[in-house]
Amino acid sequence: MTKPLKQIHLAAHFPGVNNTTVWSDPEAGSHIEFSSFAHFARTAERAKFDFLFLAEGLRLREQGGQIYDLDVVGRPDTFTVLAALAAVTDRLGLTGTINSTFNEPYEVARQFASLDHLSGGRSAWNVVTSWDAFTGENFRRGGFLPQHERYSRAREFLGTANELFDSWRGDEIVADPDTGTFLADAKAGAFVHQGQHFDIHGRFDVPRSPQGRPVIFQAGDSEEGREFAAADADAIFSRHATLEEGRDFYRDVKRRLAKYGRGPDELLILPAATFVLGDTDADAEERAREVRRQQVSGATALKHLEFVWNRDLSSYDPEGPLPGVDPDVSEEHIARGRAQVRMYRDPLATAREWRERAAANNWSIRDLVIHTGNRQTFVGTPASVARTINDFVQADASDGFILVPHITPGGLDEFADTVVPILQEQGVFRADYEGTTLRDHLGLAHPDAGSADRREAS
Amino acid sequence: MSSTSPAPLHLAVALDGTGWHPASWREPSARARDLFTAGHWADLVAEAERGLLDFVTLEDGLGLQSSRLLAPDDRTDQVRGRLDAVLVAARVAPLTRHIGLVPTVIATHTEPFHISKAVATLDYVSTGRAGLRVKISARPDEAAHFGRRTAPAIDDYESPESQERVAELFDEAADHVEVVRRLWDSWEDDAEIRDAATGRFVDRDKLHYIDFQGPRFSVKGPSITPRPPQGQPLVTALAHATVPYRLVAWQTDVGYVTPHDTGQARAIVAEIRAEQERAGRAAEPLHVFADLVVFLDDDPARAAARRDRLDERAGQPYTSDARIFTGSPVQLADLIEEFASAGLTGFRLRPAVHGHDLPAITRGLVPELQRRGVFRRAYEADTLRGLLGLSRPANRYAA
Repeated sequence: MTKPLKQIHLAAHFPGVNNTTVWSDPEAGSHIEFSSFAHFARTAERAKFDFLFLAEGLRLREQGGQIYDLDVVGRPDTFTVLAALAAVTDRLGLTGTINSTFNEPYEVARQFASLDHLSGGRSAWNVVTSWDAFTGENFRRGGFLPQHERYSRAREFLGTANELFDSWRGDEIVADPDTGTFLADAKAGAFVHQGQHFDIHGRFDVPRSPQGRPVIFQAGDSEEGREFAAADADAIFSRHATLEEGRDFYRDVKRRLAKYGRGPDELLILPAATFVLGDTDADAEERAREVRRQQVSGATALKHLEFVWNRDLSSYDPEGPLPGVDPDVSEEHIARGRAQVRMYRDPLATAREWRERAAANNWSIRDLVIHTGNRQTFVGTPASVARTINDFVQADASDGFILVPHITPGGLDEFADTVVPILQEQGVFRADYEGTTLRDHLGLAHPDAGSADRREAS
Repeated sequence: MSSTSPAPLHLAVALDGTGWHPASWREPSARARDLFTAGHWADLVAEAERGLLDFVTLEDGLGLQSSRLLAPDDRTDQVRGRLDAVLVAARVAPLTRHIGLVPTVIATHTEPFHISKAVATLDYVSTGRAGLRVKISARPDEAAHFGRRTAPAIDDYESPESQERVAELFDEAADHVEVVRRLWDSWEDDAEIRDAATGRFVDRDKLHYIDFQGPRFSVKGPSITPRPPQGQPLVTALAHATVPYRLVAWQTDVGYVTPHDTGQARAIVAEIRAEQERAGRAAEPLHVFADLVVFLDDDPARAAARRDRLDERAGQPYTSDARIFTGSPVQLADLIEEFASAGLTGFRLRPAVHGHDLPAITRGLVPELQRRGVFRRAYEADTLRGLLGLSRPANRYAA
């Protein structure tokens, strides 16, 4: 007996404020005007995607004490854009990244519950954490959170928000004009939460929304992040978009679910993926090389080398060899407001390895950054990209992908027009929406009120 | 605001639940069961836009509605529950073209950084029609929803301790608005350069730290959101006394006040104008609108009967901080013209029942005011500031 074909889930990540986004292309439009978001969302909905995804950063990035000016800078407010997009789409899920450090559960819960009402059940929350005092300078409380407490705050934040969502069962509003009863329960929305991070009580003021709770995403890759996802998330926005890494990650996270009384279908793994299409595979490869060079200018290459070296390298020639000087391993980092600098845990070893690779291949600084940076995940003809995506999913390297185009706002159009029809023809991607809510699209159960405790580790 | 021709009047409506009368939800026109759907709000705002109104305000709070001023109640016979006002405004924005959208934000418990980018973004999604109405929260139960600080219970608004506490909350709101406004200006209009030659997306000399330091909080900036289309979206506040009049005079573009007669209107306007001068803003336009609750029918007797019936269903006569008007569109137009003679530049009408009194405003009052030559016959500007005769302000940080 052969395994039944898995259905692929596809989502669209609005191009972000990093060097994946090519703003210098003549096709590149505004990343702030609503028309760009509307175009992008309508393309995703035309292609029957599961959802649109917005990232967030709460302070402009700096490097060497100055605002980083080489990438797209600036973005609109997540909730406000998603609510407006609900007006120009009917079925597309609306996923927003919202920080659990620089917000409060009551406010975030009423925003997500409101978004869920206003979109007819299409909201999702990518729960992220931060602790840095750098971002904290934009907020009343400042950088108040020790690094080691960020996940404990995030988990309690989400748990508290779930208690607020569940404080309304969904049958309280009767609004019977004859009897004069608006509310069937005088205590609707009552809640008490006492914990390490939050000590709050009162009445939640948004009645239960169509999905009950927003769909929960988690994006962290650490041991703590994986455990958080296994316990509390509906989907993971992961980085592992190669077949081997993807399968390892998939196995690792799915095996953690049993501990929380959950089945393997209750947590979807959706890696971020970039793509370049072409009429032939060779044509696509050539386009991909061009895009990589657009993404990594000489100036950008030097700045990326600084992530590892942690010192000012502006005097170096990006077309020349790598610096002979070793990285500065001091605590203070030259780049602020970036998660990726933490990926280089041993900068001295990384620098050594990069010097060796550059020497062996006769690479300049720019060549090195182009080759070590993220190559596009899928490069090829629509048919070959469709085949690769399907192979990944059927091989349990993921349940689908969150696609990150490099052009705003039209970067998804070609994929929607050429790759999606092939996947639909093969019967592995929906030809039309079958349900109305994001939970419907993702095959997730509707949460029952009062089940907030169900996921406590046994 | 000096002008040789009589200044046209401005009209806004304040939307709250199914209307301002607590029994409004029981009226057949109220559609109370749709209250938490996007369509409900889209229809109301479309009706207001049909009447060429300057803007709608959306009430909000960080706790359940209550019949008591400073504490929750357990009533089940009135509308309870609501949606976030900024999100409702954003949801309606792409469906409308001209009308201004002014959600309520609560300064006391929110982050000015979040509020600033949210309203800037509302300005983007509405292409220049956003504003905010800033409000404080003195309710201890709302403070308990946040738990960051405790609010001493205020039993009597008139006691010296309460007055001091309220004054502190208004001072904090003024700081909140100051931060919101600075963040809107923290990007110069031409900061985004997309200069392919140098590889620079922005000119960082045109991005500004706001470095706000106040007794209650400090905020660094710049915003993550570029300067919105209007430069400075509209800032408005409701005020009933000297302390909030000060906030109106120093920080807002429109103040809503609650005079019950022309004499009171004149006195309030004089107080705000004097404070405006002290703030060094005498040359800037600052609108003062009167709030009026309206029960509106072509036949005044029907309006009165309707009010009686609603009061009866509510179990008590409706009272309000604002003057309650009951009558015909012609009578309301008379009152509006009389109040305007006291120096008010506009009116924010609170429909007693949205489903009935909002269409009565747009289809009854508006044509009457148009006949009298005191209200627009077509939208004459693309932005909310434009509708109110406010120019796009220069950026405080631009050299």
